[in-house]
Amino acid sequence: MILLPCPWCGARDSEEFAYVGELGARPDPHATTPEKWRAYLYLHANPAGWTTERWYHRMGCRRYLTVERDTVTNEVRSASDAGGLAGSR
Amino acid sequence: MAWLDGRRRSDRYSALTVLQHGITGRPWPRAWRTPELESGYQVVIVGGGVHGLATAYYLARNYGITDVAVLDRGYIGGGASGRNTAILRSNYLTPEGVRFYDRSLTLYRSLAADLDFNVMFSRRGHLTLAHNDASLRTMRWRAEVNKLSGVDSEVIGTREVSRLVPHLDTSAAARYPIVGALYHPPGGIIRHDAVVWGYARAADGLGVHIHQDTEVTGIDVSAGRVTGVRTSRGDISTPVVINCTAGWSTIVSDLAGVRMPVQTFPLQAAVTEPVRPFLDTVVVSGTLHVYVSQTDRGELVFGASVDPFASYSTRGSLEFVEGLATHVLELMPTLHKLRVLRQWAGLCDMTPDFAPIMGFTNVQGFLVDVGWGTYGFKAGPVAGEVMAECVATGTTPELIAAFGLSRFSEGRLVGEKGAAAVGH
Repeated sequence: MILLPCPWCGARDSEEFAYVGELGARPDPHATTPEKWRAYLYLHANPAGWTTERWYHRMGCRRYLTVERDTVTNEVRSASDAGGLAGSR
Repeated sequence: MAWLDGRRRSDRYSALTVLQHGITGRPWPRAWRTPELESGYQVVIVGGGVHGLATAYYLARNYGITDVAVLDRGYIGGGASGRNTAILRSNYLTPEGVRFYDRSLTLYRSLAADLDFNVMFSRRGHLTLAHNDASLRTMRWRAEVNKLSGVDSEVIGTREVSRLVPHLDTSAAARYPIVGALYHPPGGIIRHDAVVWGYARAADGLGVHIHQDTEVTGIDVSAGRVTGVRTSRGDISTPVVINCTAGWSTIVSDLAGVRMPVQTFPLQAAVTEPVRPFLDTVVVSGTLHVYVSQTDRGELVFGASVDPFASYSTRGSLEFVEGLATHVLELMPTLHKLRVLRQWAGLCDMTPDFAPIMGFTNVQGFLVDVGWGTYGFKAGPVAGEVMAECVATGTTPELIAAFGLSRFSEGRLVGEKGAAAVGH
């Protein structure tokens, strides 16, 4: 179990959250090429170590959060409100 | 067994030689050597699991390419090859998947004789339970795709399910009633460590070098072409590097400058104390995210779907055992007194379409055999065979034409919904 320090609800069990995924720069869907869009969809840094990612507090405040987590130890350094953004940085 | 010719006849593994060694007390030779790291190899394989060792073995046996090094940063079979639940089957959903895994099952069936190593393959039938009409429909679809490829696979009713596995709760009162199943008689289980050791011994017998405790720290690429590998034990010059890792496939590919559409998720499994044999089929429930089989030792092996978030951690979690126990008891309430002995996690490199990434990349001499998600172990032999063919012939075999890395930038995804990670 890992605890996520939700800025609204306090430290909560990660089971309450939905993992959205690694953050990437989302291209403008109207201006981008299919290749660039696919790269955004499919390619991931997938780092072994610290990463910044999006989680959703589905059983709490129902806010999207930006979380810094070490993927090797599952240690969480920070969690902040993402301002309602699901995907992009 | 050409690879055995260089060995003493009495060192083959058979009932007779066991008796001979027992009577004479002569020690067995080591199953594989610990050679010095050479400064150059014709082919370097990163990852000493089933895939890497099988690739080395088929390179040597099928094409006579024996100047091969297999590097592993830990010990052979210590990664996903030793952490899976050892289930073999070929009843996938896409024609590409079915053909591919069926070739693997064919190789697995004769593997003990090929490798002169008892890999304990046990054909026992594979049962995927349907708990609602929607999954029953998908199973009919799968059964028809399977039959068109000549794979034995059929949808059966609840009465037949009950006859095959009497301990299953097939009553209508169950929380997730069983309404039928996809039955795949050629499926089964095998001893996964023995598969690793068998390939290692046979590859070593043909002249392949196996280097354990040798971590790859860099891949040298010059003018778009691989020139060498840097390791924790020294540099190696080589024109061909094959990434056969699971869990670290993005990290190794990054060393060569090749980006992978892969995310690494842990998958947890557990094993119970041994009990008398009562379960002679592999039972899977996609709805309940659980698969169960009984080993030859009598232990029940349970596996689940991948953890809910990406991670490189192989620590077990309490949530997993709780969820697993609940789901297993939904299926077989009589197991309520069974105790879990241990649990573990392995790393699954998940791709967006639940199919592997195999073959050449845009860096010349850098090949990948990665993205094996939850289905890598059962593909070990065929992956080794086709990767060896890629290297020896310089062309992509038809069997893996659909699995190339370029499919992601071209938008030609495979969509293998028959994989274990997908809720059917």
